[in-house]
Amino acid sequence: MKTIGFIIQKEFKQIFRDKNMLKLIFILPIIQLLILSNAATFDVKNIDIIFVDNDQSKASRELEQSFKSSNYFNVRSSFFSEKLAVEEMQKGNTDVIINIPNHFDRDLQKEDKISIAVTINAIDAATAGIENVYINQILNTYNKNILAQSKYFTENKEIAQNILVIPSFWYNKNLNYKIFMVPGILVLLVTMLTLFLSSMNIVKEKELGTLEQINVTPIKKYQFIIGKLFPFWILGLVILTVGLIISKVIFDVPMLGNMALIYLFTSVYLLLILGIGLFISNHSDTQQQAMFIAWFIMVIFILMSGLFTPIESMPKWAQNSTLINPIRYFVEVMRMVMLKGSGFLDILPQFIIISSYAFVMNALAVWSYKKSN
Amino acid sequence: MSIIVQNISKSYKTKKAVENVSFEVKKGEIFGLIGPDGAGKTTLFRILTTLLKANEGNASVLGFDVIKDYKSIRSSVGYMPGKFSLYQDLTVEENLTFFATLFGTSIEENYDLIKEIYIQIEPFKKRRAGALSGGMKQKLALCCALIHAPKVLFLDEPTTGVDPISRKEFWEMLKRLQQKGITILVSTPYMDEASLCDRIALIQNGLLLKIDSPENITKNYDKVIYDVSTKNRHKLIHDLKNYPSQYSVYTFGEYIHYIDKQMKFNLEELLQYLKDKNHTEIEIKTAIVTIEDVFMDL
Repeated sequence: MKTIGFIIQKEFKQIFRDKNMLKLIFILPIIQLLILSNAATFDVKNIDIIFVDNDQSKASRELEQSFKSSNYFNVRSSFFSEKLAVEEMQKGNTDVIINIPNHFDRDLQKEDKISIAVTINAIDAATAGIENVYINQILNTYNKNILAQSKYFTENKEIAQNILVIPSFWYNKNLNYKIFMVPGILVLLVTMLTLFLSSMNIVKEKELGTLEQINVTPIKKYQFIIGKLFPFWILGLVILTVGLIISKVIFDVPMLGNMALIYLFTSVYLLLILGIGLFISNHSDTQQQAMFIAWFIMVIFILMSGLFTPIESMPKWAQNSTLINPIRYFVEVMRMVMLKGSGFLDILPQFIIISSYAFVMNALAVWSYKKSN
Repeated sequence: MSIIVQNISKSYKTKKAVENVSFEVKKGEIFGLIGPDGAGKTTLFRILTTLLKANEGNASVLGFDVIKDYKSIRSSVGYMPGKFSLYQDLTVEENLTFFATLFGTSIEENYDLIKEIYIQIEPFKKRRAGALSGGMKQKLALCCALIHAPKVLFLDEPTTGVDPISRKEFWEMLKRLQQKGITILVSTPYMDEASLCDRIALIQNGLLLKIDSPENITKNYDKVIYDVSTKNRHKLIHDLKNYPSQYSVYTFGEYIHYIDKQMKFNLEELLQYLKDKNHTEIEIKTAIVTIEDVFMDL
């Protein structure tokens, strides 16, 4: 025990002595949390839109007005030629072109039915899809207004019964994406930091040659490993705490569930991450190698975590492969406990998976750590 | 016997690092492994300190087998690797305390052993090890290797990259440790340090070439070596190499060492030969044989 305590003490001394590292460990994650949470948004705003108004009527201007009054669109001054509008699209100056045909107003009055051309820049398919939905919503409202007006004029006409849909968004009433993102990004930061630091730590001793000096001492494998990794376990929990405080104070993320549950889960989760870090460490000879492997694993973990793209919309094989992604479970648990107020029984499946995963990973890591070769 | 090495062989992939090496080190002896870089010295050290497993052969330290009893070896030997391998970001004192703790002891407990060395670096005990000079780093490394009072000390090229005065001091320290009954296995690429060992083994390309005391090795050298010097040194080497009966020609300090093939070598003939080649200020005399000369001949 005394030996372990002493190694831990030594590790902390080294961490706190490296002033640059200390800044990296504490300041960078905070900045990332602040920036990413504000920037990584799925909202599509500031859509540039061009109207090619061939009609120049009351109806066409009303339609244009309804787009102008929405805060999602930036309506550019009307163009008269479709050719010019297309050129603008080519240059990337606009996202959407709406072409209102000649006699729009007249046909609308006469025939009850008219089509307009909507062209959407679909280089980014996801954005284009969302833009399409927005545009349709505005057009629907516009349609309804027209119907209401015509009803007023021709009362004898039968009007289809309107079904009013009032959606109610649970757990995130205003569909505030930050509330959804912040717990996820916090998970990323905690994972990245502990994985990188732990995977480079033992390799560093290998590189400096100090590992060889340690290996000729009677120190036991488990003493050394625990002594080396424990500080990063503490560090991970500290980062989590800082992140949670920021989430509460700055982003006002609801914390419905029991925070002790989050700490319990994180403490087991960190064991798993440290085990992966140690495993990487054992299989690389330089810090560069360790860094590359850690990055490689991290990128896959992040992209397949369900944080940026929903797991449900991945192909079946990809969905299955996310089952071995620890970040996935951590993100789930964070969201469940913070936003939904889930209790221990609700997160039990995730807890069991992560615990057994941590056990297997650490067993592998300790087994592959050799004092001699 | 403190160290017994029997027919040890080790190869890395296709390269043979040491081949069929055997030697024994007596208790309380300073035994030197002398050889150039890449001769296999470090490999031998790593095998004896249980960091590396040999492909063939047996070895034991203090009667403990390097494979079976590696745990006992680790707690009773001190190892100072060739590369400085202490924590650069910890202070002198912290490094020492750290290694003392790993061995389950304290600085105070074995202070007597390291005292003479430690007082030299004590004024800098609050300084980080990375900020020490080469000589001081080496003293600290020696202290760390001695802190648990080992019975055998392994020093892998301890004086490489250290200034001549520190080197001399270092060897004086080794002599004092020897008097305390510590067996020392030391490797060095410096031939002048070889004569300070009790016995040496000359090693090259993984093969042990000779084991004996430095005196015997030089005494038993069967050829006569001549110190030759003239005004034009560069031309001299060239001309000596073209001398019909030459055996070996190489620079040695201010002289050129010349060895002839024939037992009945006529010095006058060589003198005349050099005169004919227009050499001036010719000086030829018998040289004292050193370890380096023996090594050059191997």
